[in-house]
Amino acid sequence: MGSNLIDALFVFMLAAFIGFEVIRHVSPLLHTPLMSLTNALDAIAVVGAIVLVGEKKSTFATVLGVIAIVAATSNVVGGFFITDRMLRMFKSSRPTK
Amino acid sequence: MPTEFAGSQYLIEGIYLIASALFILSLKWMSSPTTARHGILAGEIGMVLAIAGTLLHHGIVDYKWIIIGLVLGSGIGVPLGMVQMTAVPQRTALSHAFGALCVTLVGTAEFYLRSPDVPKFMMSVLSLEVILGGLTFTGSLIAAGKLQEVLPQRPITYKGQNLVNLALFAVAITLAVYLVLHPEAKQFFPVIVGIALVFGVFLVIPIGGADMPTVISLLNSYAGLSAAAMGFVLNSKLLIIAGALDGSSGLILSVIMCKAMNRSFTNVLFGAFGQVQPSAAAGEEAKPVRSATPEEAAAILAAANKVVVVPGYGMAVAQAQHKVRELYDALTKKGVDVRFAIHPVAGRMPGHMNVLLAEADIPYDRLIEMDEINGDFPQTDVALVIGANDVTNPAARTDQSSPIFGMPILDVDKAHTVMVIKRSMNPGFAGIDNPLYYLENNLMLFGDAKQFVGAIVRELGGGH
Repeated sequence: MGSNLIDALFVFMLAAFIGFEVIRHVSPLLHTPLMSLTNALDAIAVVGAIVLVGEKKSTFATVLGVIAIVAATSNVVGGFFITDRMLRMFKSSRPTK
Repeated sequence: MPTEFAGSQYLIEGIYLIASALFILSLKWMSSPTTARHGILAGEIGMVLAIAGTLLHHGIVDYKWIIIGLVLGSGIGVPLGMVQMTAVPQRTALSHAFGALCVTLVGTAEFYLRSPDVPKFMMSVLSLEVILGGLTFTGSLIAAGKLQEVLPQRPITYKGQNLVNLALFAVAITLAVYLVLHPEAKQFFPVIVGIALVFGVFLVIPIGGADMPTVISLLNSYAGLSAAAMGFVLNSKLLIIAGALDGSSGLILSVIMCKAMNRSFTNVLFGAFGQVQPSAAAGEEAKPVRSATPEEAAAILAAANKVVVVPGYGMAVAQAQHKVRELYDALTKKGVDVRFAIHPVAGRMPGHMNVLLAEADIPYDRLIEMDEINGDFPQTDVALVIGANDVTNPAARTDQSSPIFGMPILDVDKAHTVMVIKRSMNPGFAGIDNPLYYLENNLMLFGDAKQFVGAIVRELGGGH
């Protein structure tokens, strides 16, 4: 547990720094699709809910887990879908005209 | 989990490792519109891999409800992915709520499965998870309600509001600390969740529509941090990474939004901006303004060499973006150089205007950021302001008593001619008078943005 915790903190710290560095370079043009994309990626929380439901440890946990899967999956599907729609709209004036 | 690290467990962790790398690449490719769609593909592959890998988990004994959940969620997700571009801010707020709901529910279930022997660290992150998740869930629902206008957009304030909020938060933290020290005191857990839910409502009701870009970004950050906390609880590195990426993204966007309004986080959250300033509004009688008809506006635009259009939330409300595109076409055909000046907080979420104009097929290289275009206004013949107000208010540069003093603005007043399409002389959302309208080089174009732009386009001989 102890070493797991330390590992996890290191992972968090490194990922936060990578996040800052990568996202700092995102053009303000794309801030809306950026937010819908990170939202979709964040819905990876669905994996926790899947394990929770699959392990069937208690009815209470299963019920909460199923609702959680529904909520997160709608973010995954909706998030990727709308991000793609948005990005398809961004066209440069150079190639077409 | 760490007791027997079965073969399938190595496989699952390997898949998670690949998924994490794909998530980071996905965000990296978002840096430019030319690579952004690869980014989506990378994210999608990572997501499918991670979910498929999770299904291999040896502890899973029953797939029925997992499948039902996945199918139902996809069924809700598809219509949520197909909303109008003008509805994107509320959709985003709603998806923050869903993400936070998932995290809160899983956290709650984990607590009751593990209690009463929950190690101190575990209990701390569990509390953090449900507090952040709970307040993000209700806070985002309120934000979505305000944006959808089922709730009043005006800030709802009362005396002692900040005190009530702080007290609530303090109680939640105190109970969480108690629970960390005495994990057997199960009865406090639902109280903590309940307070977090109420706190989320109280946190967002005093916030006005103009501050929504900051609030949505901040809620985005909280949603990410709560997911990262869930990663600590479940000891899932993938979840920690995804949560940290989302959390830092939301934080960066919040900082950008705050800077663009020259305000601090605390000021946005506790300042209840957007209240009408009675002293400023009551003071003067109608000052003279000059107005123009669509015919006159069209003639001025047709004679210009350089035109900069400044869109704001009003353009979104009037659904005028397609008419604006016709105007862009008509002017471009006449050889006029038309560009768009985008203020970071124009609209209701970061990047809102860019998406609306891109939807209307305006090439993205014509959309120019504030810092880049501000130097060009003195050489601009016409600045056409459509549905924007505070982001063009020169009082932010000159009038120290103005509530928006110091906020970076688009310097439209430096253009040779300014034209502002506006319904009436009513002050804008923040209730602040705009001295721009009384300047000598300013013309007011009174009317609905969509109809007025349409009338100009007809005069220019374009559109239908």
